[in-house]
Amino acid sequence: MEILQLLGHGLVLALQPINIALIIAGVTVGLFIGAMPGLGSVNGVAILLPITFLVPPDSAIIFLAAIYYGAMYGGAISSITLGIPGASTAVATTFDGRPLALKGRASLALVSAAIASFVGGTVSIILFTAFAPPLAHVALNFGPPEIFALMLLAFATFVGLGGDDIPKTILSICLGLVFAAVGFDQISGAPRLVFFDISGFLHGINFLVLAIGVYGIGEMLWTIDTTRGKITTTEAKISVAGVVADTKEYAREGWRGTTIGSFLGFFVGMLPAAGATPGSLMSYGVAKMLGKDPSSYGKGNPDGVAAPESANNSASTGAMLPMLTLGIPGSPTTAILLGGMVIWGLTPGPRLFADQPEFVWGLIGSFYVSNFFALIINLSFIPLFIWMLRMPFTILAPLIFVLSIVGGYAATNDMHDVWLMLIFGLGAFFLRKFDYPLAPAVLAIVLGPIAEPTLRQSLLLSSGDPMIFFSRPIAAVTMVCAIILILLPLFKMIYDRSRGKSAKTGNV
Amino acid sequence: MRLGEIVTAGVLALLSIYMMWKSTELDIGYIRGSGPGGGAWPFWLSAIMLLCCIMIAINWARRTSPPSQSTEPVLDAEGRKMLIQVGGGLLVFIGLVGFISMYGAMMLFLFYYLWFLGRHKLWLSLLIAIGVPILFFFFFEGLMRITLPKGMSFTDPFFNVLYEIIY
Repeated sequence: MEILQLLGHGLVLALQPINIALIIAGVTVGLFIGAMPGLGSVNGVAILLPITFLVPPDSAIIFLAAIYYGAMYGGAISSITLGIPGASTAVATTFDGRPLALKGRASLALVSAAIASFVGGTVSIILFTAFAPPLAHVALNFGPPEIFALMLLAFATFVGLGGDDIPKTILSICLGLVFAAVGFDQISGAPRLVFFDISGFLHGINFLVLAIGVYGIGEMLWTIDTTRGKITTTEAKISVAGVVADTKEYAREGWRGTTIGSFLGFFVGMLPAAGATPGSLMSYGVAKMLGKDPSSYGKGNPDGVAAPESANNSASTGAMLPMLTLGIPGSPTTAILLGGMVIWGLTPGPRLFADQPEFVWGLIGSFYVSNFFALIINLSFIPLFIWMLRMPFTILAPLIFVLSIVGGYAATNDMHDVWLMLIFGLGAFFLRKFDYPLAPAVLAIVLGPIAEPTLRQSLLLSSGDPMIFFSRPIAAVTMVCAIILILLPLFKMIYDRSRGKSAKTGNV
Repeated sequence: MRLGEIVTAGVLALLSIYMMWKSTELDIGYIRGSGPGGGAWPFWLSAIMLLCCIMIAINWARRTSPPSQSTEPVLDAEGRKMLIQVGGGLLVFIGLVGFISMYGAMMLFLFYYLWFLGRHKLWLSLLIAIGVPILFFFFFEGLMRITLPKGMSFTDPFFNVLYEIIY
């Protein structure tokens, strides 16, 4: 009862005119920052942090939370309309969002993304409100073995359910993981895999360089080659009736992914090392695994948009939880928010809920209000995004190339990465010709920096005994699921062969 | 396509061997007291990549993968022309950034693509080629405070005019 009363106060605070104005401004700015390839919520929050010193702390954090939410919604826009992930959190949205847009169903993809984000955000805020402190402790029980097992599960879904050539899928995953290892060894600090001793490799390979290379340059070259540049317009239409029909279709097709994403995303978001990107990728994998027709994922299934989008919003709220209750940020954006709170004179940690209830509940109230406004603003901008798709292809294509190159540069401020992006783009174009799936490589470069240290820490804990992954309950269950998924193609092959033999015997 | 698939697998196998060799610059075994060496993770992943390349080659020899059965060329004459025109355009675009700035290179690339490849009207090509870089300038330099490369010093007067508008 007391919680509801505090939440009521929080909502009243968030609904004050100045705060509403800040929420609308924050969500709109965040939406466009999130939609720009190379820029994500972390850029928006970091750049606009100094502006918040002009307003009281309550309003400041509300503004930043609104940017955070807006950017989470915005990441999906470029994934769907341009095929370039706006941020790492929207990589998985590209898998089904782009095929839907290419089929002329961009409106369905955008509506699914908007509503799934809203549902994910809402579920996570309810979970946050109800279970904040105890859940933070559960997340802290996730040690390196559990997190590594989760990472392996994410890769295993691609091997078991990807439907692509198995050696090519495994090669793609390993390639992404090795690229993620370029730079410095995180434990010894020694330079590692500095190819041809080019100093640009010392800072590692940013995932965006690979993602934009593959999805921006490689995908565009592929489209131009396969269509001979004869695409004039995409059949994307938008109308109120169309949005209503899309909403109904989303409710029919996307509920499973939304449910999985909302809960799984929240939990993965809470894990200190994880955050919204692994949350969205894992939700996509699990939604595909549990989906009615796993083979339809990656070809334009609205559930494949709903799962990562609900998850990344849910995870962004989840990531706030350890930040507020324990003072441990779950993502780079929450780390900046934490910095902001310290500057405003607030100490995040277990005492925050007791000492600063107005601030905490004001923030939670602003989550509800921001989430609602983000949905409204996002839906109202859909015609603008659809209009972009109606542009003649010979105008859209050079704009996508320009956005890719500028986005690749903005991510790291290094021309070396722009050249690397071009090489990745050309490589992706040829690899795609020979049926190499590239999404696993992008997933691997994102998860690699989490997977490697957790594996090494686990083996260090067990003095090199791999049984550590099977002696802890959560890790063991996750590992067994991952191993079954990896072996699934082998079981399928044996089953198909035995069925083929018995069919032959039957024929004789 | 058939020849292309085995050549691609061969190139990837060479890349795997190179990465395995490069990984051995750090320890690739288990070090007592400090866990797996720094090179272990990339070394064994590259080794798995090499194994995958061998499996791809076996599938190629058995003609089980679709590209290994295809008799179509990887790129026909039209495809090669596209790759040279678009890929070459991108190569020149990135190459020019250090000389005429990101914005100048962007302007030339947009004009080349819209007017020469897209065959759009001159006024439209010019409008987009000039308008987009200016818009990008105000977005990145003004709003986001991210500086993009400005090229050689002869571009300074142009940027000074635009900076005066921002500040």
